[in-house]
Amino acid sequence: MNENVILDPVHFNLTIKRLCFELIENHDDFSQSVIIGLQPRGVFLANHIKKELENIIPGIQLKVGKLDITFYRDDFRRRDTPITANETEMNFVIENKKVIMVDDVFYTGRSLRSGLDAMLAFGRPQKVEMLVLIERKYSRDYPLQPDYIGKSVDSLSSQRVKVYWEETEKKNLVKLYTIK
Amino acid sequence: MGELSVDHLLGIKQLNKEDIQLIFETADHFKEVINRPIKKVPSLRDITIANLFFENSTRTRISFELAEKRLSADTINFSASSSSVKKGETLIDTVNNILSMKVDMIVMRHPEPGAAVFLAKHVDSRIINAGDGTHEHPTQALLDSYSIREKLGSVKSKKVLILGDVTHSRVALSNIFALNKLGAEVMVCGPPTLIPKHIKELGVQVEYNLEKALNWCDVVITLRIQLERQNEKLFPSLREYAMVYGLNKNLLDSLNKKILIMHPGPINRGVEITSDVADSKQAIILDQVENGVAIRMAILYLLASKIDRG
Repeated sequence: MNENVILDPVHFNLTIKRLCFELIENHDDFSQSVIIGLQPRGVFLANHIKKELENIIPGIQLKVGKLDITFYRDDFRRRDTPITANETEMNFVIENKKVIMVDDVFYTGRSLRSGLDAMLAFGRPQKVEMLVLIERKYSRDYPLQPDYIGKSVDSLSSQRVKVYWEETEKKNLVKLYTIK
Repeated sequence: MGELSVDHLLGIKQLNKEDIQLIFETADHFKEVINRPIKKVPSLRDITIANLFFENSTRTRISFELAEKRLSADTINFSASSSSVKKGETLIDTVNNILSMKVDMIVMRHPEPGAAVFLAKHVDSRIINAGDGTHEHPTQALLDSYSIREKLGSVKSKKVLILGDVTHSRVALSNIFALNKLGAEVMVCGPPTLIPKHIKELGVQVEYNLEKALNWCDVVITLRIQLERQNEKLFPSLREYAMVYGLNKNLLDSLNKKILIMHPGPINRGVEITSDVADSKQAIILDQVENGVAIRMAILYLLASKIDRG
């Protein structure tokens, strides 16, 4: 298996900082916005975004939630292995709020579709945007596109993108794996 | 999330400890779901479930129906009193007719012990036992243990007393199996006429003195005295039963600790439990009802995940 680093730790952190500035342009003080990390690995990115925004704007009040999409997926009973559910923690209402949905990798668009479905259980938002660290281009199953992109990559369906987080893997890094 | 080791929920006896833990962990997620503003998930939108109730039931039937609807399953309801069963149709014929209408799962309550096992052997569908005679009532036992876990942190090493008509109770038998598998200590208490002779072989202690039993336990599961059994002369009168084996406030206040009070319902107020106890903070009877929906959602979800598509 070949592996290539798509984002090294330095560029990883710079990318997160850049994404935060893009968010600030559209969300001002975030008083009408909420950030929702899709379980499991979108939550890591949501937490990094939160931490960075708090660095950039000291005293900012951010609402950050965790959303699990297991029960909304369209591949229930179609997979060989059972899906593991994760915790949902949404301690706020999203009615009339601007929702920033966050995931680590945007690939087929199926997770976002399930995420949108799951999110609607918590109210009717004014607007929904999608923020991702890595976008895998030309691989969509649904007509969906992210609004904020850390880095876009061309990849084959046989390749795999893996985001490493310091919380679990002790380093912030993105790699592209090619199976020979 | 793993997979259940069984294809049907026929009784607690067939489950292993890992199955029960998996059901509990899945139920934790569903408990969060049923407390959302919109309490519905689309997981079972292509599944049809038949609720076959050959015996009266209020809360179990409603709880299953609600669990099915919260999972977006299509449901059909059948009760024996308004069906062809009265015209002499056999159980298998009734069920096969319903299955011909492309039903994926069956939730069944039946007055005959073993009816669910019989059905699982003869029809091609996932079967969930919602109570079969005096045999088992697995979902009740699961929600009871789940409620103990929720209130006390775990079931392991907890001392649980099952009080009342143990002989005729499917809730008692399922609870004994579940609590044993989860590592709790179990004691039964009631009039000798309502305690089976060889119950100790199931690994439970027997105590006929209620005060001693209450002093021993952390949790008491009070069983309903089935009023229809009065004619069998198993105890002199309801009044005497209430005096000797009924839970009342004075008795509970005399203990040097607060124990958890549970009841599967429906309650006979003033017989096995007084109103002030049933409505007290120690009683978690209504929590049990809420947990029942989450537990049944978990079971339906986990069994449905084993249905092959196409």
